[in-house]
Amino acid sequence: MTLEDIKNGKGALRADLQVIADLVAPGSRVLDVGCGDGALLAYLDAQKRVDGRGVEISQTGVNSCVAHGLSVIQGDADTDLKDYPSDAFDYVILSQTLQATHNPKRVVSEMVRIGHRAIVSFPNFGFWRVRLNLLFGGRMPVTEALGYAWYETPNIHLCTLKDFVAMCREVGVAIEKGIALAHTGHAGDIHPTGLFTNWLAEQGVYLLKRD
Amino acid sequence: MTSPSGISRGREGPVIDIGNLPGHSVELGRDTPLVLDCGTPLGPFTVAYQTYGELNAEKSNAVLVCHALTGDQFVAEPHPVTSKEGWWEEMVGLGKPLDTERYFIICANVLSGCMGTTGPRSENPETGKPYGLDFPVITIRDMVNAQKLLIDHLGIVKLFCVIGGSMGGMQVLQWAASYPEHVFSAVPIAASGRHSAQNIAFHEIGRQAIMADPNWNGGDYYSRDTYPHSGLAVARMVAHITYLSESALQRKFGRRLQDRSEVAYGFDADFRVESYLRHQGITFVERFDANSYLYITRAMDYFDLTEEHNNVLALAFPETPVRFCVISFTSDWLFPTSESRALVHALNAVAANVSFVEIEADGGHDSFLLDVPELHATLTGFLNGAAEHRGIA
Repeated sequence: MTLEDIKNGKGALRADLQVIADLVAPGSRVLDVGCGDGALLAYLDAQKRVDGRGVEISQTGVNSCVAHGLSVIQGDADTDLKDYPSDAFDYVILSQTLQATHNPKRVVSEMVRIGHRAIVSFPNFGFWRVRLNLLFGGRMPVTEALGYAWYETPNIHLCTLKDFVAMCREVGVAIEKGIALAHTGHAGDIHPTGLFTNWLAEQGVYLLKRD
Repeated sequence: MTSPSGISRGREGPVIDIGNLPGHSVELGRDTPLVLDCGTPLGPFTVAYQTYGELNAEKSNAVLVCHALTGDQFVAEPHPVTSKEGWWEEMVGLGKPLDTERYFIICANVLSGCMGTTGPRSENPETGKPYGLDFPVITIRDMVNAQKLLIDHLGIVKLFCVIGGSMGGMQVLQWAASYPEHVFSAVPIAASGRHSAQNIAFHEIGRQAIMADPNWNGGDYYSRDTYPHSGLAVARMVAHITYLSESALQRKFGRRLQDRSEVAYGFDADFRVESYLRHQGITFVERFDANSYLYITRAMDYFDLTEEHNNVLALAFPETPVRFCVISFTSDWLFPTSESRALVHALNAVAANVSFVEIEADGGHDSFLLDVPELHATLTGFLNGAAEHRGIA
């Protein structure tokens, strides 16, 4: 599926990106940190008429985004968010990138400073398959959402849903909404004290704001 | 042994019939002179410019192309003096990123230039003779202010895009800083918010070479039959090296010899790279005025958007509505990517709408003039996106 398909409303977004897109209000200002090939930005631009910007670490990704008319710069979530002024965006989005940052705490803090809301999605290391993988396989888990061998993974700060919630509390970030994505792509709201969600969710998507 | 000074042949300066250049020319600043940064009022003065394509009914499709140090308004047509193809035919024309079927392209010779716009070779109304060094020192902002008068004259309120490489990119940034409400999108290529110490240093060598040529005569050579040929040629040779890259020079020339199988134990051009540089120097002199070279390099040296905004580049673009696309090249050591990155950080600090692409190319600073497919793709994509937001068909 190409960005053109997404713009024309033909192709479907990746499941977690669709969940994120549904959280974004039309016409808002959006910064997508780690925007990859620009699929989410292209969708938000075409379907929600947002004023969208992207930051992407890979030069190839950036050049492809810009060649598709998206406003994207080469940059690093760990080092480049500090440049932005406070409250510059309605939403700052970090999809499937948190676990690859050096300092997730600071990244999340910066996101809620720059944006009125932050949206973060990440793979849940508490997902039952991951747990069983390690428990019975005795090897570092490799799953669909975590598709790398331990020696080549960019994912240096993996966490569970519970870990993430605890970190948010620690840095003074309020969780407005949490959504769990099951292996099937099914999305459901996360109950704050839900006992089984941390077992069943393959990915988590959180809507955050400054406390 | 042959003469070592292979560049000092010929005595004449450029032969440019200003009155018969193709394109357009307009007299500006007649009622109100343009007050230059140096404090001197200038007016009336002439701006020579060229256009391609048609301005649409809404006047929303105008693109101002800003030329570099030694460029001119002949972007996409054979040069009237050298007959070589236009300097940006790669980018401007039918089906090119700056598509002349879609956009109305304007390019004006900069103030202090030598292709029809008022400069040191023009007649000083006070003396009836060419200005020479009596011409006031010009800045990038002065060039842009003159272009703004031209745009007003053409009845265009908002330019769809201001685009240019090198010194052209400086003008783009000055446009965005001075006239943000009159610029929809801005594309500074291989540029910087301030001219670096290294770049000033190279310019100084060029100027010294010109001024050390006895034929320069304190800038007063227009009525003499000698021209600072060698000085200007050496200036061009030095500058030309800075526009290339070590790897491009190595690939293109290596240590290959010129029309000989072994070195001649002398100071003639043994090496191809020497012969090439001499050729660059000699042909440049045929189309460029030595005093213009002094003035334009000076304008670049003085350019510093940071210093004039309390040393915070971001303050040059407060709440800017302009859509930026910043482009740099990996092998450009004259305006390296770090300069573009500093610009992007400044634009981020005001939450500007900015795209930034570093393109892998080994052509050095001059890469923006070359056939670099990724530059085409970047510009086409950015311009299409911007045109969509501007409502240009």
